Amino acid sequence: MSDTITKNGQEFEVVWKKPNLQKKDMHYCPGCAHGTLEKLIQEVIDEKGIQDRIIGVAPVGCAVFAYDYINCDFQEAAHGRACALATGISRVLPDHAVFTIQGDGDLASIGLAETLHACNRGENIAVFFYNNAIYGMTGGQMAPTTLPGQVTASSPDGRDVKLSGMPLKVADIVKDFDGTCFVTRQAANNAVNVRKLKKAIEKAIDNSLNKRGTSFVELVGNCPSGWKMTPVDSYKWWEENMMKFYPLGDLKTEGGIK
Amino acid sequence: MAEKYLMKGNEALAEAAIRAGIDGYFGYPITPQSEVLEYFSKWLPRKGIAYVQAESEVSAINMVYGAGGCGKRIMTSTSSPGFSLMQEGVSYIACAQIPCVLVNVQRGGPGLGTIQPSQGDYFQAVKGGGHGDYRLIVLTPNSVQETADMVYKAFDLSEKYLNPVLILSDGALGQMMEAVEFKEDYKKPQFDSTWASNGGVSKRGKPVQITSLFIEPERMEAKNNELQAKYKKIEENEVDYELYHMEDAEVGFIAYGLSSRIAKKAVDLAREQGLKVGLIRPKTVWPFPTKIINEYSKKVKAYLSIEMSVGQMIEDVKLAVECKIPVEHYGKTGGIVLSTDEIIAKAKKMLGK
Repeated sequence: MSDTITKNGQEFEVVWKKPNLQKKDMHYCPGCAHGTLEKLIQEVIDEKGIQDRIIGVAPVGCAVFAYDYINCDFQEAAHGRACALATGISRVLPDHAVFTIQGDGDLASIGLAETLHACNRGENIAVFFYNNAIYGMTGGQMAPTTLPGQVTASSPDGRDVKLSGMPLKVADIVKDFDGTCFVTRQAANNAVNVRKLKKAIEKAIDNSLNKRGTSFVELVGNCPSGWKMTPVDSYKWWEENMMKFYPLGDLKTEGGIK
Repeated sequence: MAEKYLMKGNEALAEAAIRAGIDGYFGYPITPQSEVLEYFSKWLPRKGIAYVQAESEVSAINMVYGAGGCGKRIMTSTSSPGFSLMQEGVSYIACAQIPCVLVNVQRGGPGLGTIQPSQGDYFQAVKGGGHGDYRLIVLTPNSVQETADMVYKAFDLSEKYLNPVLILSDGALGQMMEAVEFKEDYKKPQFDSTWASNGGVSKRGKPVQITSLFIEPERMEAKNNELQAKYKKIEENEVDYELYHMEDAEVGFIAYGLSSRIAKKAVDLAREQGLKVGLIRPKTVWPFPTKIINEYSKKVKAYLSIEMSVGQMIEDVKLAVECKIPVEHYGKTGGIVLSTDEIIAKAKKMLGK
């Protein structure tokens, strides 16, 4: 933080620098927290100076174009397979940090097997899980994480738990695996939570670089478009419903297979 | 002279991969392929080389995608039902142009089928299998020795063309033991991996994006054109086959892999009876030896396509022949071994004898 710049002959301390994201406009909808997550990952890469030592894996879902924004080498996975790609990458490049960004359809539905087994093996990867309880990219269908009674394009009368079961709490599952070293739920609805989320990202990437096991960072997020709400209303619903069902905080701060 | 080993086809395949400088193997057990995985499970961790027994073939092929995308020498192996599971990943890998070696030790299908040898996955191997317009380079060994030799070739071709290469074996070739020698003079060809995602952003000046996603129609079409141009080059340069007694043949057998050994024996036995038959043995089934089959169709009276299936390769033979001469099929399924007597009887009938 000792960076300084000189302007008009006067020296200023740099308190915030624009993250070194690629020069491409993000495609995210207004009010969505996906952009915040990717900007924070970029800030952590910049601050740690690890652009050459980190590989990202993009999912199928709203973060599919993450490789157009975050400024590091990237691979684009098939739907649900990000953790398998990350395993392959991490095993042949053990000195690199490897991270995935995955939504709830990708991670908790079609890719649940890949996710759980990567966590159980304790792959040295950071999994960033954007859970907004809906399939955003395909137009707002029910996800495994959709809340009971939540109306979606494929649960028009609200999620009937007798028909579809209860929402899947993946963080609660993986916290019990020896392979995970850090499991946390964070949000990005206000400045305080954004700072906490950044700390979690820092820790997760640090764990990956230092081969401590799998870090699982769930961002309890929103989806104004999929929820059919204005950004402002979505924030209210986010805080009142999402954070109640998926309580924020660390579920596990130490672990990994020794 | 190189030392001789008595090995199963599956073991020789794994040993050859280690000698070819494999950087990682990801697989899942399935009969009759499991010896490949078992051999690697013993030797790769001891040598500090990446090895994961994945939770499924779906996961294994995607680990191959990730590790191969880092520019490393990566392999997976499976048998028919497992290869079906891998098709999604294979399509992505083909589009993203990731070099890697895939092995299908074929068993009988469809469905759960049988664990006995088969050649029923020909269509899946050469016509796609996964979605979209893509091709695999498909090598077809017919002995334990050739299985080992083709592993080196498969890695080299996959890196030369940035394309997945499939070694199409079968349950008999995988399980049987034969003498095998490993190349002593093998040198890994120069390989430019600047396209790979391995963290060289500052050196390259930009990040690498390994992807098979091209939303804009023009970019998707350009990608397809790029792939097709590459496939055309492979068709021009990499067709491989063996000719056996074709010089004066009146009936030409066409057979690959295990079937070609039986067909070759049938040629010898038929010639003892004075029947003029010969064999064209594709060593690559994609690219297919279309040209040589077409050329000989001007000399032979008919072709007999011999496969351990109900007749899949015969379609490519017919395309090559362009309706000039009759093409017939002889095959068995279920793992029942082809019979030289039946092949000769069929040849006699085709010759009107």
